[in-house]
Amino acid sequence: MLSAHGLTCVRGDRRLFSDLDLTLQAGEWLHVRGENGAGKTSLLRLLAGLAQPADGDIRWCGEPIDNAQDYRRNLLFFGHHGALKEDLTALENLEFAAAMDGASLTLEVALRALQRFGLKGREQLPVRVLSAGQKRRVMLARIATRNATLWILDEPFTALDVKAVDLLSTLISDHVTGGGMAILTSHQTMPIPGGRVVQL
Amino acid sequence: MNAILAVARRDLLMVMRRKSEVLTALFFFVIVTSLFPLGIGPEPTLLRKIAPGVLWVAALLATMLGLQRMFAADHADGTLEQMAISPTPLVMLVVGKIGAHWLVSGLPLVLIAPILGIQFDLDASALGILVVALLLGTPLLSLIGSIGAALTLGVRGGGVLLSLLVLPLFIPALIFGAGAVEAHISGLGAGGHLSLLAAMLALAVFFAPWATTAALRIALE
Repeated sequence: MLSAHGLTCVRGDRRLFSDLDLTLQAGEWLHVRGENGAGKTSLLRLLAGLAQPADGDIRWCGEPIDNAQDYRRNLLFFGHHGALKEDLTALENLEFAAAMDGASLTLEVALRALQRFGLKGREQLPVRVLSAGQKRRVMLARIATRNATLWILDEPFTALDVKAVDLLSTLISDHVTGGGMAILTSHQTMPIPGGRVVQL
Repeated sequence: MNAILAVARRDLLMVMRRKSEVLTALFFFVIVTSLFPLGIGPEPTLLRKIAPGVLWVAALLATMLGLQRMFAADHADGTLEQMAISPTPLVMLVVGKIGAHWLVSGLPLVLIAPILGIQFDLDASALGILVVALLLGTPLLSLIGSIGAALTLGVRGGGVLLSLLVLPLFIPALIFGAGAVEAHISGLGAGGHLSLLAAMLALAVFFAPWATTAALRIALE
């Protein structure tokens, strides 16, 4: 369970939000909404442990997240960048990402994930020759292959076509109904049931 | 351990796909060291005297060339974020990256140095000492350089700042590295210099990855 209490985020001399409380239980997801510059990305980075809040604390199962090893093992975070290496193939990107997380990923699982996201036949192409949407699809394959409880996704629907949006929605709702948790930002309303809105 | 090797292997693979970056630094080293004998002319005693200094200064500058790229691409494409929140401690992944950096930018210099040393009329034993000194010194350069590369990450005009920051820190390596070869040529024995170089390397192996990790976390905030 993730809980945050009294979160305050300050960027430069501007206070983006203050005294924000939120809790997330297994089987729930949060939709973070707000205008451009309202601090959606900043909130997600705080929750992922990439930045420190000016005030307040974030806990994972009661432990502060900065020293909970368990948190990182259960966390999957995607920012605006897909963390893909352009010179490597889609398959290599998945393999190295898993190895860095200390997870094992068999070739078969990786290939199946890429196939599921419509990248069959493009597994051995360098990511640089793929289109923007296809690069996002490689990222989705990464989400599908990483075994994490909490997904924090910043604008995951950007650059995706209708079919990929459906695939990702299904992926997220399967994850949530299976007892996972998710926190997303998006400007669209999302076709995933069981969510709560956090308005910044 | 697997994660360290995975990071190193990934960086090496990317270098293999884009060889020009490594070759640039290597050719820079070859050309700079070759300019001195051409410019000074065939005076063996003078060349022998300046050889250790010239080879070491050229090695420092060649290392500087690729230093800025050490974390820049990872920072730009979001890989660094993923590394920072990975269950594997960031410091381990940083060790992997520094190791890969040395393999592609330091080791080639060590291997080609004896051939370049012949231009300066160094004898076989002096060339041997040169290789040993570079073998101890170039990892030191990669380790110290990684701190600078992490500190200047995301800073505009970071390249110049990086040189100003890191080159003074390279001075001890230069003094003892070049000094080892000079001491050997003058008959004093290189043992003392090499021991000090090894001690500095041991110290840097222990502390530099931590300092780099701290600097990377600041860059990510």
